[in-house]
Amino acid sequence: MRIAHIASNTFREAVRDRVLYNLIAFALLLSGAAILVGQISIEIEKLVVINLGLTAVSLFGVVIAIFIGIGLVSKEIEKRTLYTVLSRPVRRWEFIVGKFFGLVGTLVVNTFFMAVGVFAALFYVSHKFVRADALILVALYFIVLQFLIVCALALLFSSFSSPLLSAVFAFSLFVIGSFAEDLRNFAALAHGVSRWLATGAAYLVPNFSAFNVITSIAHEQPVAGQLILQNTVYAVFYATMALSGAVLIFEYRDLK
Amino acid sequence: MTQRRKITIIASACIVLSLAASSFVLHRTDQLRPQATLDEVLFLSSPKVIKRASLGYDGLMACIYWTRAVQYFGYRHHFYATSYNLLAPLLEITTHLDPHLVVAYEFGTSFLAPKPPFGAGEPERAIELMNYGIQNNPDNWHLYYDLGFVYYMQLHDYKDAAETFERGSHVPNAHPFLKILAAQMAQHAGEYETARMLWSATYQTTQDKQIKENAVEHLRALRVDEDVQHLQEAVTRFGERTGRLPASMAELVAAEGLPGTPVDPYGHPYKLTPEGRVEVRVPDDFPFATKGLPPGYKPSPKFHAL
Repeated sequence: MRIAHIASNTFREAVRDRVLYNLIAFALLLSGAAILVGQISIEIEKLVVINLGLTAVSLFGVVIAIFIGIGLVSKEIEKRTLYTVLSRPVRRWEFIVGKFFGLVGTLVVNTFFMAVGVFAALFYVSHKFVRADALILVALYFIVLQFLIVCALALLFSSFSSPLLSAVFAFSLFVIGSFAEDLRNFAALAHGVSRWLATGAAYLVPNFSAFNVITSIAHEQPVAGQLILQNTVYAVFYATMALSGAVLIFEYRDLK
Repeated sequence: MTQRRKITIIASACIVLSLAASSFVLHRTDQLRPQATLDEVLFLSSPKVIKRASLGYDGLMACIYWTRAVQYFGYRHHFYATSYNLLAPLLEITTHLDPHLVVAYEFGTSFLAPKPPFGAGEPERAIELMNYGIQNNPDNWHLYYDLGFVYYMQLHDYKDAAETFERGSHVPNAHPFLKILAAQMAQHAGEYETARMLWSATYQTTQDKQIKENAVEHLRALRVDEDVQHLQEAVTRFGERTGRLPASMAELVAAEGLPGTPVDPYGHPYKLTPEGRVEVRVPDDFPFATKGLPPGYKPSPKFHAL
């Protein structure tokens, strides 16, 4: 119950942020621009709308997750509202978990509105929806799973570092996570200690490449049910791990 | 007038004037370096590097590079360019970023293979591109058709064309004409009828308006080539019979017993020059014709290559 209160307050606070609306507006604008980009090329109108639209949803979502996530704890400390909250019967872990769900809720709502923009642009170029367009929902679901991890990471860094450093760490991890498969390939080629280190790093950093099915969905290639299940389980476990880390650090943090 | 109002007016005027001035200067700079925009600049040429730099959003990057390839080709073609140095690398990057972007193989080949000014004149690169496409999309019979088309039209390699059509005919759901084309290649390669069949097949199987128009133009050009060849043979026969050239097309028609004055696909009568050459009235109507054109004729730089 207390987690739900914190989550709803976090959600309300986030939706009052004007930067959020600017980012959503920009993402919607990009979906609209996809129509124009498609027109100056040949036979890729629909592909551009799906690729550009979903990339915008994903990238802007990540930016929103990082920039709101990194300020969730530090702002409360800066404004000294954290002390008011914690002086009530609210445990530190409940505060972190509530913040996480509030941020995830914000991103889910944002994704919904940005997805409406993508579907509107798609309808504009195709004049109809076909069965394969439903696959876009799978891509959107994977994007939301990606946000789960990014939110948890942003909170993890936010629990012990300054907002600027948290942003740098979170964004760097997002970039490294996009190269996770290369890291794994490198590990396979390495020998001795480097192999162990690289393998360890490959499993430690989030693997975002498995969540990116935008290109294959743009070509109407189906996504295996097994992948949906495994990505869901992976995202939940990874987010739980990062969130647990955030809880652990915050639990021992000296707030005086 | 208040101080704030004054500042607002002055600042607004500065914005408008500066924007106008900078636009003017930019326009003048463009005149100094007219081809500096899309030309010959490929900062990153490695498809692998670009794929990694795209952070997994390689589908979007492929769309961007494909658009760039289209714009590059269209821009240079518009100015009647004879070299397309960046076209093959741009297409290579596009298809490595998204190996399933079939449109890049189909159109890319028709940009690369034809001789300048209709294309880059690089049929070998077109074949490489198409082979890469087939490797990644083995179930797409259109790609085999397009590859066979390049072998036939650009390289006149009828053996490889027949072999490619044959391979394509085994792809599930392949159009039945691939088998016919394979057989046709083996027996009647190089004949007008075979070329007509290929262009008719292109017309029938594509949904793209530009490709359809292009196929129609090629079909018209084929008819002109065939008509001119027949008429030229008639002129030769007339000369052998009478020891002189026919004075007019009407005399040739009468002597050969033709059903009427021969006309081109647009209905314009063919003309007979005093030197005994059969020519079309409006050469620009048939950019792909190889016969019946005035000596030294160069087609207008129109967008015909697709």
